[in-house]
Amino acid sequence: MNIFLVFMALYFMATFLVLGLAMYPLLKKIYPDNDPFVMFNGLLFYWIIADLLMRFFFQKLPVMSVKPLLTLPIKRKNVVHFVLGKSALSFFNFLPLFAYIPFSIMLIGNDYPAGQILPWLAGLIIFVLIINFLNFIIESIASETELPFLPVMLVAGGLFALNYFEILSISDLISKAFLGISNNPFFLIVPILVLAILYWTNFKTLKKKLYIDNSLQSKKEEAKTTNLAWTKKFGDIAPFMQLDIKLILRNKRSKSSVWMLVIGLLYGLFFYPNPIYQDMEWFFVFIGIFVTGIFLINFGQFIPAWDSSYYKLLMSQNLKYERYLKSKYSLMIMSVVIMFVLSIPYVYFGWKILLAHFAAAVYNVGVNSYVILWGGSFNRKKIDLDQRAAFNFQGTGAVQWLIGIPLMLIPMIIFAIFYFTLGFQVGIGVIIAMGLIGIMFHQKIMKFITSQYMKSKHKMIEAFSQDS
Amino acid sequence: MIVTNNLIKSYGGVSVLNLPDLNIPKGQSFGLVGNNGAGKTTFFSLLLDLIQPTKGFLTMNNIRVHESEDWKPFTSAFIDESFLIGYLTPEEYFYFIGDLRGQNKADIDTYLAQFEELFNGEILGKKKYLRDLSKGNQKKAGIVAAFIGHPEIIILDEPFANLDPTTQIRLKKMLRELSDNRDITVLISSHDLMHVTEVCERIVVLEKGEIVKDLATSEATLRELEQHFAG
Repeated sequence: MNIFLVFMALYFMATFLVLGLAMYPLLKKIYPDNDPFVMFNGLLFYWIIADLLMRFFFQKLPVMSVKPLLTLPIKRKNVVHFVLGKSALSFFNFLPLFAYIPFSIMLIGNDYPAGQILPWLAGLIIFVLIINFLNFIIESIASETELPFLPVMLVAGGLFALNYFEILSISDLISKAFLGISNNPFFLIVPILVLAILYWTNFKTLKKKLYIDNSLQSKKEEAKTTNLAWTKKFGDIAPFMQLDIKLILRNKRSKSSVWMLVIGLLYGLFFYPNPIYQDMEWFFVFIGIFVTGIFLINFGQFIPAWDSSYYKLLMSQNLKYERYLKSKYSLMIMSVVIMFVLSIPYVYFGWKILLAHFAAAVYNVGVNSYVILWGGSFNRKKIDLDQRAAFNFQGTGAVQWLIGIPLMLIPMIIFAIFYFTLGFQVGIGVIIAMGLIGIMFHQKIMKFITSQYMKSKHKMIEAFSQDS
Repeated sequence: MIVTNNLIKSYGGVSVLNLPDLNIPKGQSFGLVGNNGAGKTTFFSLLLDLIQPTKGFLTMNNIRVHESEDWKPFTSAFIDESFLIGYLTPEEYFYFIGDLRGQNKADIDTYLAQFEELFNGEILGKKKYLRDLSKGNQKKAGIVAAFIGHPEIIILDEPFANLDPTTQIRLKKMLRELSDNRDITVLISSHDLMHVTEVCERIVVLEKGEIVKDLATSEATLRELEQHFAG
């Protein structure tokens, strides 16, 4: 995981560096008649929105790390300053510099006066910090709502809409502001003031919240008893299914999988209405796997870590591993079927899409579900279901998507090969056949997977009892 | 009932538990005492196949624990909070354990009725998840769940810690009643010498993984233990 994060960080740093270096020639090429500097300022708005969204999902205030400080003789005020100051040193604040600085150097190299570019760069850096602290305010509001994605979507979407429908041209405004700063460094006072206000707001909120019994401890919610009588139909796996459903619905961490269902279902709308993709039939299977398998991938990859906090109980209680895994499998299959049914309206964009989704659903049931269950036997990372505090919402990590990639890419590649050689129908047939073969060998595969879990039982118990 | 055969657990070459031939007969109430690191929890974890022995093996009802799973139906334990499922209400948790042990809802309801006094109105019907209960109440729920479904071997690690005095007394009463039942073998570890002498008929003192004392409880046991630990 850590190696992965380092890799991601290096990757982004390199990307931003290339972006910074290429920006000037690129803008010059795309808009030969315009001043690249002015054009870049025009794009800043979108840059800022993207930055804000990215931070919301990946950056959190390092608030838990100061818990030990609270009992030491350090003034509360200073602890709060420390937390906020620490956040300013976040990777997310350094990342844009990899683009800004080379771009500024390029500008100066191309005879822009340094006296203009340097204050402008200073303005950008201050703005990075503004976004940094704005994000924490949004997150603190978000963590108190049931739909944690909503506030950031509203802010980002609202700004975007205002701009798009030209009710208030924010991109123009921002562009003018930055051009203003470059012409008259005195205007830097404005972003500095905004930054100060945001810092102060954060300071106030955090100081109020930074108590052991408040933000550092999870809220106690009233327990809702659920009947879930319908699971009885599933016979001996019913208790585990009830447990899994409660697990998903009652823990902040897993609740996001449900929220992801909506995103997954609407994912096709990014592509299908677009005429460009109408001809890219080889791509349909990819979307189909994503739409019908979003829950499978999201939930499946954390099996059995979902149960890590009481794994010892499961391992010493009177139960068969097979039943435990069968319940997880059934839940994933159910989600695939439901998602497929819900995705039927996509037939509006062509019957081939429906067919592709059907094939993808069969493949998800017959191949991906097993792959992800099997992958779970290598799981050694504990999940803290209770981890939840203000300023500390993290639903989905980058790792999740990485694991999902082969699950989606492999069927797409297989389909594409047959699609380009033997045509659409054959491609669909092959994908369905692969799924059916998997379903046929269900008992055998499950037996194998169960034995894999048995083998790593003690390693898992050990890993899950480590406090991470 | 429980027999160890040259059982050794070591980490990195350092032995943390060495029980060449410990024999716990059926129906005994067995107490395990020792300072931190003496190997109490290690022994219990081995009994439940949560860790693997480095050498040797142990059997319960002649079943080798780390080779077969057949000991699970008659064994039950509460070691620590990882035996609780935090996002369930206590009722749901009891029903879940009941499901695993072949007890239906009605069985569990009757079973729980006898603990009304022990629960003191703080556990059932409170619309609270287990994770939101106090440590003491969590422990009560865990211990009560360990008795579900007539297990023959019950393993409790530090059952008295975190409990309030009233509950400690009630729990002791419960455990004494259990030890009168000669079909149930109870294993308890404790740091509290008084509790353990009150409840257990046999007390074993562990030190650095080895048995240094094996006593049949009598009037003199408590004093002997106190002298031993006073060092």
